[in-house]
Amino acid sequence: MHGHKEKHAFEPKIVAFVCTWCTYAGADLAGTSRLQYPANTRVVKFPCTGRIDPVFILRAFQKGADGVLVSGCHPGDCHYMAGNFHARRRFAAFRQLLDFIGVDLNRLQFSWVSAAEGGKWVEVVTELTERVRAMGPMPEFRELEAEECWSGAIDTPELKEAYETIP
Amino acid sequence: MSRIGVFVCHCGENISRTVDVEKVAAEAARLPGVSYACDYKYMCSDPGQSLLKKAVAEHGLDGVVVAACSPRMHEKTFRSAAKSAGLNPFLCEMANIREHCSWVHEDREEATAKASDIVAMMVARVKKDKRLVPITVPVTKRALVIGGGIAGIQAALDIADAGHQVVLVEREPSIGGHMAQLSETFPTLDCSQCIMTPRMVDAANHPNITLHTYSEIESVDGYIGNFQITVRKKARSVIEERCTGCGICSAKCPQKKIPNSFDKNLGLRPAIYVPFPQAVPNTPVIDRANCTYFRSGKCGVCQKVCGPGAIDYGQEDSLIVEPVGAIVVATGFELYSISEKPKGSPIKGYGEFGHGTIPDVIDGLTFERLASASGPTGGKILRPSDGKEPKQVVFVQCVGSRAREKGISYCSKICCMYTAKHTMLYRHKVHDGQAYVFFMDARTPGKNYDEFWRRAVEEEEAVYIRGMVSRLYQKGDKVVVMGSDIAVGLQVEIEADLVVLATAVQPRTGADTLAQKLGISYDRYNFYSEAHAKLKPVECATAGIYLAGACQGPKDIPDTVSQASAAAAKVMTLFAKSELEREPIVAKVNERTCVACLYCRKVCPYGAVEEKELRDRQGNLIRVVAYVNPGVCGGCGTCQATCPSKSVELDGYTDEQIMAMIESL
Repeated sequence: MHGHKEKHAFEPKIVAFVCTWCTYAGADLAGTSRLQYPANTRVVKFPCTGRIDPVFILRAFQKGADGVLVSGCHPGDCHYMAGNFHARRRFAAFRQLLDFIGVDLNRLQFSWVSAAEGGKWVEVVTELTERVRAMGPMPEFRELEAEECWSGAIDTPELKEAYETIP
Repeated sequence: MSRIGVFVCHCGENISRTVDVEKVAAEAARLPGVSYACDYKYMCSDPGQSLLKKAVAEHGLDGVVVAACSPRMHEKTFRSAAKSAGLNPFLCEMANIREHCSWVHEDREEATAKASDIVAMMVARVKKDKRLVPITVPVTKRALVIGGGIAGIQAALDIADAGHQVVLVEREPSIGGHMAQLSETFPTLDCSQCIMTPRMVDAANHPNITLHTYSEIESVDGYIGNFQITVRKKARSVIEERCTGCGICSAKCPQKKIPNSFDKNLGLRPAIYVPFPQAVPNTPVIDRANCTYFRSGKCGVCQKVCGPGAIDYGQEDSLIVEPVGAIVVATGFELYSISEKPKGSPIKGYGEFGHGTIPDVIDGLTFERLASASGPTGGKILRPSDGKEPKQVVFVQCVGSRAREKGISYCSKICCMYTAKHTMLYRHKVHDGQAYVFFMDARTPGKNYDEFWRRAVEEEEAVYIRGMVSRLYQKGDKVVVMGSDIAVGLQVEIEADLVVLATAVQPRTGADTLAQKLGISYDRYNFYSEAHAKLKPVECATAGIYLAGACQGPKDIPDTVSQASAAAAKVMTLFAKSELEREPIVAKVNERTCVACLYCRKVCPYGAVEEKELRDRQGNLIRVVAYVNPGVCGGCGTCQATCPSKSVELDGYTDEQIMAMIESL
């Protein structure tokens, strides 16, 4: 039953932002159905995809994610009526922004997985993991964080100079 | 510094088989802020919970992470354990290392690493958790029941008998549902109408039940304990308060040739009609699409003959708002029709059965109307095409059901029993007739069910042929049934006078639309989903909404009635308290930073955001900010993600908590 598992040189880190009502429950169903999928995904649960701030996605990339999945209820099935519509609109704009700053959009996946779709959860996660694995690690954001991290000091000469110039 | 306790569960072997739980606990113990970590065979058991309580007391823990199953399963269990140990329940989090880890990964090393990561994430989160206090909201002790079939009537009567007000909404002009259409019921062969109609009258006369027939749910607002339901009462064109139900209007209506859908279009009815003689309420309705007055403006006979002056051609739909505290959904089922492929349905249709074009190929419900004493034939079994008595009747089971290739994989549950009943009813009425049944299996679990089926085979001499039917076609006045008999491995051809198809049980058309209004989930067939297949079979995942009957899955009458009473009991449990505790997962506005752009109000699906005026001591307006009404807030958090100044925070899902989880990666 336990087939030999292929070892890969690179295992990506995937962060999944999911809503509790549909996709989280769908992932639970995948578990109760004992479906198998790659172990690269770490799930962060939200009440609704509407709660997901795009900043979380940026932060996930900075903190070492190589791929990000956002998944919620199918349009029309939102537990909160319209949260996923707001999310869809927000992320449509956000994708373009990411594209503009040079992030390969293949690293970011949006999907709808309902509480009854354990199989679809497995498909989505497996596909994204394999795609990102093939793309390799994503170091850009991590480096960026190291470079531009503000030390917290407020009495630097640069800041003072900037303060002086305020009319 | 936090003092977090981590408890890793083996779940028997469910987790420990693929996850090295000891290693997970040891790694958790090394995380900053963790002052206690252990593993245990069954955390949810009584000793497991005691272990947690003891550890909280002994180690002075200020946060707890239980690494076990899904929080959807046991979050409540552990939060109440934490609470009884003196910890705020919202300082207890679950790390899902079963459904999201041990059950879906085979590689022990990978699964263990993932489990440790999940625990680390939850430890990071629990450190940022705030003490939250449940919100109490008043409960409106009135229930809404959607659907007036046996399920809805039973639930309504139970709740009403307990002393609570019930609003019963039915789409059709009369309550009764499918059970009112049946002739006799298995396994006792007692007449369906004889047991159903008294219940219908009880429901209509009950002082605690408000009946809205010919009505539909327009919209649903609010939440458990405090729903606001808008009911659309469709225009009957008859003033209910005036109508005495004398029936002169129907008798005098000149337009009498409209197929009666209650009789599965076998009989005819006038344009102003009650669907069946025992209808409740016994108030007619004008079928405007077929009424001569509405079509041409000429006629008006019913208005002229109506003594009490109850006919009102100008009547319009009215909207009624009903405040209720709980909802029972009992919308029932319909039979899959082979004639047409429903729009958007996964079902593929039955071209090989003639797509419903052969008049003597009928479904089970049509046969019920033929056999019913109050049916179009007065209880005589006469076939639709020429009104002759059929001498050879072929029954085909599992049409649409258990046929993955046709789009439905489930068993419709009631067909084996009702087909056995049909063969008996047929034999009782046509003594020299022969019934054949094509079947895959005879599924007869239920009290006295198998005995009933055996009676059909052994005493009533129905011939059961194990095999499927491949084709039906008209030959002269016969319908040729081509099938197989797998017991003898031969092809079978029967020239039948009548063919009865036991077609699949499906949810009502529009079940999905109603689910979207209610905010409840449904499966790919549109059956409504219960909160837990075993332990919460009548509750929806949405609090305050309960399920009864075939809208949740195919069910026979005893099961439906049981579930309806169970749903009623759940409603009564809710109504036993005058106040309800709600999870305090609600949004709060930081008034110091809010600039009152009110984007939050635009995106709020509940209308929970209001404007609040901040005034100084003299009462002068300082400025306006947004305010979230915690009683109305549903806790989706869309406002928080939308707020440009980051002034809204959803308790339980604050930016700090989420960021802490991301940082821990």
